[in-house]
Amino acid sequence: MERIPILKMGEFLLVTIQVDMHDRLALTLQDDLTAQIVKFRAHGVLIDISALEIVDSFIGRMLASIASMAHLLDAETVVVGMQPAVAITLVELGLPMKGIRTALDVEKGMIALRGAILAAEQDGDASGIR
Amino acid sequence: MRVVSAESMEIRVSDDVVLVRQAVRKKSIALGLGLVDQTKVVTASSELARNTLDYGGGGKALLELVENGTRSGLRVTFEDQGPGIPDIQLALTDGYTTGNGMGLGLSGAKRLSHEFELWSKPGEGTRVSILRWK
Repeated sequence: MERIPILKMGEFLLVTIQVDMHDRLALTLQDDLTAQIVKFRAHGVLIDISALEIVDSFIGRMLASIASMAHLLDAETVVVGMQPAVAITLVELGLPMKGIRTALDVEKGMIALRGAILAAEQDGDASGIR
Repeated sequence: MRVVSAESMEIRVSDDVVLVRQAVRKKSIALGLGLVDQTKVVTASSELARNTLDYGGGGKALLELVENGTRSGLRVTFEDQGPGIPDIQLALTDGYTTGNGMGLGLSGAKRLSHEFELWSKPGEGTRVSILRWK
C-alpha cells in the first residue's frame, strides 16, 4: 500500500508530502503519524507541504486534525513551506486553519517547534501536569 | 458562449478526484491562467469532485475551454444522479454539512469562481458548474 514516509530527525518527526494525496492516503498518514509519535516519544512534528500544489478543505482538515491529535499526544506540530498561491486560495475558500502553526521553511519550522515545545513544557510545569 | 474543447471524466473512486485535479490543472495551464488562478480553479474542482463522489455516489466531470467574444475561460461541470440537494440555499451556507466535512465545498467553490451554477432536484441528482475567465 502507498504510504507517505515519516522520518525521525532527533526529537522531531518530519513528514514531507510530495504526492497529490487522495483522501485515503491522507487518512493513512494520520494513523501512521500518531503511531510514530507514541513509538518515538516525539515532542514535535514538522509537516512539509512545499510540494503540495493545492490544499483543499479535506487536506486542510486533515492537517488540523493531525495537529490536534499530536497535541493530545504531547507533541507540537508546525506546517512548513506553504506556497503563496495555496495560502491565497485557502483564505478565499474560507478554511479556518486556526490552531495550525506555520513556518516558511523547515529550518524556521524547527525553531518554531523548539519554541512551542518549550512553551508547552513551561505551561505543564506551572499547572503541575506533564 | 462557444465551447472550444471538451473532455469528460468519470468520478467513481477517490483516485478519480486526484485525476480530475490534474486534468483541471492541465486545462488551466493550456488556457494561460496564472498560478494563483490555476490554484483557485483546481481547488474549487477538488471540492466539487469530492462532493460528487461523497454525496452524489459518483458521477462525471466535464472540462470545457470556452470562448465568449474576446474572453476565454475554463468551465468545469460536475454531474451526479445522487439524492440531490433538498435546500440549495442551506447547502450554500458556510459550515452547513450533512456529511462529515466542513461544509465549505459548495460555498468555497463559489467564492473561488467567476461564475457558479447549481441545479439540483431531490431524487434526480445534482449538477454544479464553475467558470473561471482568463
